[in-house]
Amino acid sequence: MNTTTFQPIAPRPAPVNTEGPVAWVKANLLADWKTSLATLVIGGVLLWLVPQILNWAIVKAVWAANYDACRADGAGACWGVITEKYRIIIFGRYPFEEQWRPLVATLLLTGLLVASCMRMFWRAWLPLLWLVVLAVFFALMYGNTLGLSKVETDRWGGLPLTILLASLSLVMSFPLALLIALGRRSNLPAIRSFCTIYVELIRGVPLISVLFMASFMFPLFMPPGVNIDVLVRVLVGITLFAAAYSAEVIRGGLQAVPKGQVEAAATLGLSYWQTQRKIVLPQALAMVVPGIMNNFISTFKDTSLVTIVSLYELTGAMSLALNSDANWRPFTIEGYIFIALIYFVFCFSMSRYSHWVETQVNKSKLR
Amino acid sequence: MNSNTPPKKNNWSWRSQAFRGLIYQLIAITAISGVVWFLAHNTLENMRVRGIQSGFDFLNQAAGFDIGESLYPFDSGEAYWRAFLVGVTNTLRVAVLGIILATVLGTLLGVGRFSRNALVRGLCLSYVEFFRNIPVLLQLLMWYVILTEVLPTAADAWTVGPLFLSKGGLNYPIPVWSTGQLWAAYGLLPGLLLGWLYRRWAVRQFEATGQVRSMVLLPLLIVVLASVAGWALGGAPTEFNRPFKGDFSIENGGALTPEFLAVLMGLTLYTASFIAEVVRGGISSVARGQGEAASALGLNRKQEMRLVMLPQALRVIIPPLTNQYLNLTKNSSLAVAIGYPDVVSIANTALNQTGRAVECISLVMLVYLITSLGTSLLMNWYNSRAAIKER
Repeated sequence: MNTTTFQPIAPRPAPVNTEGPVAWVKANLLADWKTSLATLVIGGVLLWLVPQILNWAIVKAVWAANYDACRADGAGACWGVITEKYRIIIFGRYPFEEQWRPLVATLLLTGLLVASCMRMFWRAWLPLLWLVVLAVFFALMYGNTLGLSKVETDRWGGLPLTILLASLSLVMSFPLALLIALGRRSNLPAIRSFCTIYVELIRGVPLISVLFMASFMFPLFMPPGVNIDVLVRVLVGITLFAAAYSAEVIRGGLQAVPKGQVEAAATLGLSYWQTQRKIVLPQALAMVVPGIMNNFISTFKDTSLVTIVSLYELTGAMSLALNSDANWRPFTIEGYIFIALIYFVFCFSMSRYSHWVETQVNKSKLR
Repeated sequence: MNSNTPPKKNNWSWRSQAFRGLIYQLIAITAISGVVWFLAHNTLENMRVRGIQSGFDFLNQAAGFDIGESLYPFDSGEAYWRAFLVGVTNTLRVAVLGIILATVLGTLLGVGRFSRNALVRGLCLSYVEFFRNIPVLLQLLMWYVILTEVLPTAADAWTVGPLFLSKGGLNYPIPVWSTGQLWAAYGLLPGLLLGWLYRRWAVRQFEATGQVRSMVLLPLLIVVLASVAGWALGGAPTEFNRPFKGDFSIENGGALTPEFLAVLMGLTLYTASFIAEVVRGGISSVARGQGEAASALGLNRKQEMRLVMLPQALRVIIPPLTNQYLNLTKNSSLAVAIGYPDVVSIANTALNQTGRAVECISLVMLVYLITSLGTSLLMNWYNSRAAIKER
């Protein structure tokens, strides 16, 4: 009888570590020679570039509002131009002593915008709140009531004007866009073709031509003797423009509602408007929130164009602040960087929000 | 006749959907034409009161202003319609170049988001987030300031080989026109034909046998070789008109103005960030199983991308890409802000000189409408070719 002694085979090596920073660097920066080379090259360029940028923007920067110091040899960025001019850049030509009014008005409107993005505020009274806040906004900005002095709209400017143009055109274009989107899917040929022509016409031309139309042609359109404020004309122009783009987004949402839903509604005996209001729109609008948000972001950026028809919103106010003062004019770049940062903060947070909404909407589909 | 078909409903009552539809449409048409009539009536009335002339006859009058840059010579004595034509060519020049450059850059950035190198991924992400969240007008203005104020004067222009970069723009050598260049063009024609024939053969071979042949590089090589051969046959002229530093500016050679460069860079960098997102979305829309199946079949990463992922991604990419091309073309109208003489800028000058707002603005809109429709048609045609034929 043979006895066999138990001989264990050699133990396997521990698995390669796939967690922790070391493993991450190995997988993402030094995986093979190509990746390592790319890491080396890009890392080298960054190591060379970033200190220089930091040196210019922070270490050697001049923060005090002193243009002689800015012109000294070896001086970096001249942030003094912001310290000196930030009131004009942000509030434009609004009377200096009264600038608390646009500040309060802007904070109110921004607060409302942020609140409108939160689910707990999606109640029936939200549109009412919008009306109230807009009324307060105009009362504060225009004055002439409650002992506030009157400030004509041509003196409005800067960030308040940017936010006003963007949010008001969004609010006003939404119902219009809804009707146009429904019209493009209507069975009635005349209404359908009118809506299609409108959308394609507007989407085919640049915003700047619509703004030129608003500032040069609208006065001709009105009956003789009627003068409409330039701010209102531009607002109407941007609204008509934004409506065409929003209509396309909403139409996409309408198309995504399964046909069975409409047929089921018809079987239940609902009328056209009942079907739209109770069955189609609730489903479609939930899907288009990210798209509408993206439209809002591009409208927000597009408001910078009104500076071409001489309304001094943020970009225009910046040029106004620096071009009128020869001492500070050489530091335009710093001014542009400052307002670029303001735009960036607004647009980036809105795009994050839109991204969040998208994941929320998709979550209900994954269920 | 004992057919069971119900009698045709021809009832003109409020209960009939068709009748109500007709009424709604009549109301809509009346309302719209009423509004149009109201606006047109007011416009005519206003023009009469203010003594504004109307009509397109001014297009034949002498323009009376100079244009900073044009593809062909233009002087102020020529007619307005010639000035408009210069504007249109300037717009198309910057738009076409911008579309090509933005597509290349955007594709690289979009594909870079899938890199295995974290630095490349991070860089592409920060580029996209940075450039698409700042208004394009602001970017144009910034580039213009950088190009005209930060750059050195012509006397200390930055020199790279035969290229000069200074406040005056970019100067580059251009070949001197001679018959040799014409021969290169003669060589190009058979080259194009040969390249196209080869490509068609390669595609057919691929579809018949699955044998992969070069479908882009080799045909391109054929075209280039043919024109080089033509150029050599024509006597191989190598004379260039090189720029050099003059007393006040860079002289000779070809030149790109700072305005053109600013518009081109601004539009390209801005649109590239959007195209990168489009490309990324397209690639990530291809089902993950497709890539896994490709590696299971033994395709390497390059083949997997070219033969499996990209053809499917293209279907998703092309429609939004078309939108980005249209956006770039429309955004080129912002050139008016920095004085590049595009069609909007010319129309603006003409408007200020003649006061014919309606005519000038309609001309601009017409130009953009035609360009947009043309691009749409072209891209739709390409899309119908790239779309996967489903049985």
